[in-house]
Formats: sequence, structure tokens, C-alpha cells
Amino acid sequence: MPEADPILSMRRISKSFPGVHALDKVDFALQRGEVRALMGENGAGKSTLIKVMTGVEERDEGRIFLDGREIDPHSPHEAQELGISTVYQEVNLIPTLTVAENIFLGRQPTSMGSLDWKKMNSSAVAALDRLNLELNVKRLLSDYSLAVQQMVAIARAVDVSAKMLILDEPTSSLSVEEVEQLFAVMRMLKAEGLGIVFVTHFLDQVFDISDTITVLRGGQLVGNFVTASTTRVQLIATMMGKELKELERGPARVASPDAPGAESLIEIKGLARKGSIEPFDLRLNKGEVLGLAGLLGAGRTEIANLLFGIDKAEQGNVSIEGEETNISSPRKAIAEGFALCPEDRKSAGIIGDLSIRENIFLALQASKGWFRLISRKTQQEIAERYITMLSISTPDADKKIKELSGGNQQKAIVARWLALHPRFLILDEPTRGIDVGAKMEIQNLILSLSREGISILFISSELSEVVRCSQRVAVLRDHVKIGEMSGDQIDESAIMHYIAEGAR
Amino acid sequence: MKLRVDKKYMPIVATIAVAVLLYCMIGFIYPKFFSLRVFVNFFRDNAFLGVIAVGMTLVIITGGIDLSVGSMIAFVGVFCAYLMEKTKLNPLLVFVLALSAGSLIGFLMGALIHFFKAPPFIVTLAGMFFCRGVANMISLESIPIYNPTFNAIMRFGIPLRHFIMVPTTVLIFLAVMLVFLYIAHFTRFGRDVYAIGGSPQSALLMGLRIGRTKLLVYTLSGFLSALGGIVYILNVPAGNSLAGVGTELDAIACVVIGGTLLTGGVGYLAGTFVGVLIQAIIKTFLTFSSLSSWWTEIAIGVLIMIFILLQRSFSQLSVLSRAHAQVKLRKPGGAETGGA
Ligand SMILES: Nc1ncnc2c1ncn2[C@@H]1O[C@H](COP(=O)(O)OP(=O)(O)OP(=O)(O)O)[C@@H](O)[C@H]1O
Ligand SMILES: [Mg+2]
Repeated sequence: MPEADPILSMRRISKSFPGVHALDKVDFALQRGEVRALMGENGAGKSTLIKVMTGVEERDEGRIFLDGREIDPHSPHEAQELGISTVYQEVNLIPTLTVAENIFLGRQPTSMGSLDWKKMNSSAVAALDRLNLELNVKRLLSDYSLAVQQMVAIARAVDVSAKMLILDEPTSSLSVEEVEQLFAVMRMLKAEGLGIVFVTHFLDQVFDISDTITVLRGGQLVGNFVTASTTRVQLIATMMGKELKELERGPARVASPDAPGAESLIEIKGLARKGSIEPFDLRLNKGEVLGLAGLLGAGRTEIANLLFGIDKAEQGNVSIEGEETNISSPRKAIAEGFALCPEDRKSAGIIGDLSIRENIFLALQASKGWFRLISRKTQQEIAERYITMLSISTPDADKKIKELSGGNQQKAIVARWLALHPRFLILDEPTRGIDVGAKMEIQNLILSLSREGISILFISSELSEVVRCSQRVAVLRDHVKIGEMSGDQIDESAIMHYIAEGAR
Repeated sequence: MKLRVDKKYMPIVATIAVAVLLYCMIGFIYPKFFSLRVFVNFFRDNAFLGVIAVGMTLVIITGGIDLSVGSMIAFVGVFCAYLMEKTKLNPLLVFVLALSAGSLIGFLMGALIHFFKAPPFIVTLAGMFFCRGVANMISLESIPIYNPTFNAIMRFGIPLRHFIMVPTTVLIFLAVMLVFLYIAHFTRFGRDVYAIGGSPQSALLMGLRIGRTKLLVYTLSGFLSALGGIVYILNVPAGNSLAGVGTELDAIACVVIGGTLLTGGVGYLAGTFVGVLIQAIIKTFLTFSSLSSWWTEIAIGVLIMIFILLQRSFSQLSVLSRAHAQVKLRKPGGAETGGA
């Protein structure tokens, strides 16, 4: 590194897991008052680098210096004592404790040797206030949504006055406003001289907040950039190790407007459930991709849950191919040929100790009944097909899924539902935490599935994605469906205006 | 009084309601049940169980279990009786030795659980056989205790009315309860115990000292079960290697009835206190009614089942309430958007 006196510098860090070189002689440095974006495809080794920095994983070789002194943290506790504060990928808090406790656990304020709950609660309110968030800090963390939990995790990390802050994909479940808020806080901390490591797959965010960029690929350092003098394409090309021109053709937009002869698959009339979604109508044709747009908490996931029978509708009806059907449980939904790829993969998706193969064929086996076992050979074939199709990076299909990187776990979950060959597929944020290349693959997949005649309900916070893949888009705001657009009407700014202003 | 109770405290409220209901119903049938003497005896007869259940509560909140506690009673009883009667050591010194031995055994079990990632069930099961075995090795026969100092401690008590007094054992139980209520709610260690049970992986990543906390919890459980053993011989002054068989299950029952989840992370010492009382009430009822003592077991079995069903429905309720937790995100401009 040319600049002298970095806060943190790591030299020739290596780490391997059985079958993978997660890190291969990686150098890394962080200066005072800089935001360094750490980028790379799924499985590139970003989270592993962070875990080595903070003592969660032991490195195989390499040295770490903090403020010029060599350090060797063996646990997150030691790292924290040294002044390294971290938000790990996936929310890592205690759902059974209150919001305030989650922010202060391990460093609660005390008075005369005993915990001062009053002070803790009021300090928690103050800490959240920095992120412009107002919660009842005495409620259990599990009472709040994933996005809010993520914000609480950030509030916890930011509140410690540390030397450096590490954020591993903190924004993957946040809304635009929440991200803004986070960035405001990051800029403030930066001005105070803190160094920040920021991992994300959102290019916009990288260019918005970071000063420098470090790119990893396949466990190796492939480049350090100054953000201001780097282009997106250059960055993507470095991440993927591909030629620039290959990237320039993304998936083609398919917005063929509602063909007059389209057969409808699902017809929804006045479906509603108190507290989650107001009555709405929705139609979905065969082979159509219907996007759901709206801010976080606007009711998108709620619609998915209603359609899949996880929540029961209180009024309204659903007909499938003209026949009124009562979808009262996910089991019924699956029997009707529905599939749902849920938003929260950690609690509703992966089964960590099972292999990738098992995680993929789980839903397929369940739909066949547990007595007609799928042969090991077929299982293997299915798993391998999807591993190649979605380019899940793993040495083999028998690796435990919890050992995959976050983004690759997400792909495996998508594969689980694709293996069912559903006629109606609900994808709730399928591209969260997935790298640019894989995102394109998933988008392409959505388009090709719809060409095969599968109807898809596509929920995503990334408008550009919704726009690119959907033939029609339904817009939600505050638990109300406020409109629909189709064909050429669909574009990002139109949707944003719609969300902001309601009617046009 | 407001009728609305925070759902966090619902299990405790339910436990208290059951205790009061049982007490009143039985008191209705046997008016003598309401006497002060009977009430004091609830505590006297179950003080050892209460002391042990406190440690068990902590262990269960971390997501573990301690099966060694019943055998520890036998071991400590025989150990103390032997030293006091055969080697004539000073009782206070003997108590200190017994408590140290109990803590050490607890510590070793904790170490096995933490460092070798051995399942608590297996480790403490081994501890259970070990303690019982050592008790048998020291003496197969019951050793009665005649030591005068010991007897003085035994007879000590705070008089309430003539012929009714609160004995040392009950004082110990109440003191332990209060100290641990404080530890659980007003120390970092106490909160770490809850955190570890709620999510061990997260607790680690949050920078909590999991190892230290776990070791301390099992050490404390060892200490408290040794103390429970001392309380036991203060009630029945003899060291018997057959004492305390099945006490670990009674203790677990008290904890579960008190609203603590066996999955860890959620638990109430106050609930355990009421759980001990409920067991005391049922046992006393059976001595009043001359029903066979097997009814205690049946009654406790039914109660546990009811409580587990109650807990299921509470946790379902809390899932529903999640959608209603209000979040306000203030935009820099000042406008507010609501969301769930
Ligand atoms: N505990 C583990 N056991 C075995 N292999 C692991 C383990 N943790 C990570 N790996 C492997 O190490 C590699 C790097 O993973 P890492 O989580 O660092 O990726 P990442 O860059 O953070 O990706 P993502 O963007 O998907 O989060 C992956 O191939 C992953 O499968
Ligand atoms: Mg990662």
C-alpha cells in the first residue's frame, strides 16, 4: 500500500476449508476515514476475510496489524476489545431478548455494579435515533421484521466507539430510505476518522459511498481501485474475470404487452387480511411474469404469504383456471402446483446441516410423499443440474449448505423450488445478496421459465430488475394495491412516481 | 390493577394463577390446609428442591440440562456425614469442602460441554452416575449425624409464632432465590446466560464470552446442587447414598412449570419459585388425603403437559403479534412512513 499508517493491514492471508481455498495470500488495508468497498462474486471469500479479521475463523497463514501493532484475535470478543466492530452477513442477534438488550448486550450501562435498565433503554432509543429509527426498545427483537432487525444490528455496531467498522452486506434487506440513513451515519463516522469496510453487491451503493474498492475473485485479490476513477463495467469485469464486451449485452427486455388471447391462470378478487393487506384484485396469465413493486413493508411479502396459504385470507376469493379454490395451507398450494421461494432464507429456507443435494430435492420429495423415495441417482442428477444451471460455487453437491457463502445458499433455495416444476412460482426477493453475474442468471432464468409457460410472481426491491423481467407490474403502497402497469408503461421512474404520488 | 399483562410475563401469570387456584381448592376441602404451619412446611420440605431448581433454571436457559443434581444430593449428604461423624471435622469446614467439591464437579462437566462440544445431556448423565457411585463408595449404609454444632444449625430458625419457625433451610432457599433473581436480571453474566440460550451463534458473533459463561453456569449448578444436598441433610440428618433419586426430574418439572422453555433463551426464576410451590402443594395435599403418592407423579405429569400446551399457544400468539409491531422511520424531511 502506498499510503502510510493504515488502521488495519492484513498480509498474505490464507484460509482453506475442506475442498476450497477460501482465501489465497490476500493483502488488505484500510485507511483512517475511508470507506472501502469489498467486492466479489458469491463465494469469492469476502465474508471469510471478515471472519478472519475478527477472529471467528482461524487463518492458516498471514499476519494482521492494527494501528501498526500485530494482532491475533481468536474470538469476536477479542476483536471488539481491540476496536473492531462488525455487522456480519445475515442478522446475528438474539431474537428472544429486547431490542435495547440486543444493542447493549455485553456492554450494558451499570450503576453501582448492577445493570441500569432505564439508562440502557434510553440509550437504545438514542442509538436508534442516529439511524432515524423509532422503535419500542422494550419489545422483543423477534417482534420486528428482518429489515428492522438489520437496522438494530447496525445500530449496535455503530454505537460502539470503535476504530473500524465492518459491514457485511448490511443493506440487502433494507429499503432505499433506510440505506440513505445508513449512509448518512457512515459519512459521519468517516468524518470522525473511522475506517469502514463495506461489503455489498449493489453497484450503485458502492459508487455512492465508497472511496476505494478491493475486489476478490475465487479467494484471490484481483484489484484495488479508487472509486472516483473507476467505471462500473471495469469493476464488474474484474469481479467476474471476463472481457468487457461479454457483459454489455444483458438479458433482453421481454415486455410483450398483454396478448389478447392470453389464458388466465389465477384470478384474485378482493382478497384481504386485516393488518397485512387491504382488498385487492389481481390476475395472472399463463406464462406471465407479474412484478410486485413497492417499498419495504408495503405488503409484497404479505401477498405472497396469502397466495401460498401461509396466512389465511379473511375475505375475497381466488380462482385457478376459472375454478374457485380455497388455498388454506402451503400443502394445498403445492398440490395446486404453486411454489414459493421465501424472503428470509435463514429462518424459512435453508436447513444448514443438510447437504446442498438434500436441500435442493427437499420440496420435490415432500410433494411426492415420503414413501416414494427419489433415488439417490436422480437426486444427484437434479442437484447437479441446478448447480450448473445457477452456477452455485461448490466442490460437490454433498457439501453442507451452511458452509456455502450467503449468495450461493440463496441460489440453492431457488433451485429447490425450480425442481418442483411448478405452474405458478412466487419468488420473494430471489436475488437478495446475489452477485451481479448470478443476478443476471436468475433474471434470465425467470424469462426462460415464463417462456415455458410458468407464471411467476416476482417480488424485488430492485426496480430495474422488476422492470426488466415483468410483463406487468402491480404497485403497492402501505398495504394497498394502488395500481398496475403493463407493457411499455413500465419503467423505473414511472413506478417510483407511482409509489410516491399514488395516481398519475 | 390493570388487567393487561405484557405477553412476556404471561407464562408466569399463568403459573401463579394455577398455584393460587390449587391452594384455594384444596384449602376448601381441608380447612387446615390454610394454616401457617402447613404453609411454612411447603418451604421446609422443598427447600432443597428449590435451591437445586434455581441452578437448573440457569442451565436450561442456556439451552442445556443438568442431570447430576439428584445424585449430587446423595454424594454431598454421605460426604458431609462421613466427615462429621467419622473424622469429626468441624461442620462449617465440611460444608465448605462439600460446596467446593460440588462446584468442581460442575466446572468439570461445563468444561467437557464447552471444550469438547459434548452434549450436556450425556455429560451430566455421566456426572449423575459418577456422583451416585462416589456416594456408594464412601458408605453403603446410611450415616446418621449427631454432631452438636450441626444440630444447633439444624434447630436454628426465626420464630413466627410459638412452635412455628422459619428454619435455616428455608432461609437458605429464599436467600438463594433473591441472589439469583438479582444475578439473572441485573448482571451482565445473567443477561449473557439468556443470550446464549437464545442463539449461541449470534451470541458468539456479538462478542459475548460464551465459554466463560457456560463454565460458570455449570459450576453454579454444581455449587447449588451441593448446597441443596446440605439443605437436604439439615432436614433429614443422615447421609444416605440413596437420597435424591429422581430429584433432577422434579427440578426440571419445577422449571418447566415455571414457564422456562427447554429450548433455551426464555426463562423465569420467579416462575421456578412458583413451580416449586406447586409441587409442594400437590405433595402436601396427598399426605392430607391419604391418596397414594403415585398421584403426585400423575398430577405433575398432567400439569407439565398443560404448561407445555400453554407455552405453545403463547409462542403462536407472539408470532401473530409480530405483524403489529410498529416501526417508524423518519425521513430527513420529517414525514413519517409506517410499516411492519
Ligand atoms: N464454514 C465453512 N466450511 C466450509 N467451507 C466454507 C465455510 N465458510 C465458507 N466456506 C467456503 O468458502 C468460500 C468463500 O465463502 P465466503 O462466505 O467468504 O464468500 P462471500 O464472498 O462472502 O460470498 P457471498 O457474496 O455469497 O456472501 C465459499 O466457497 C464457501 O463455500
Ligand atoms: Mg458473504
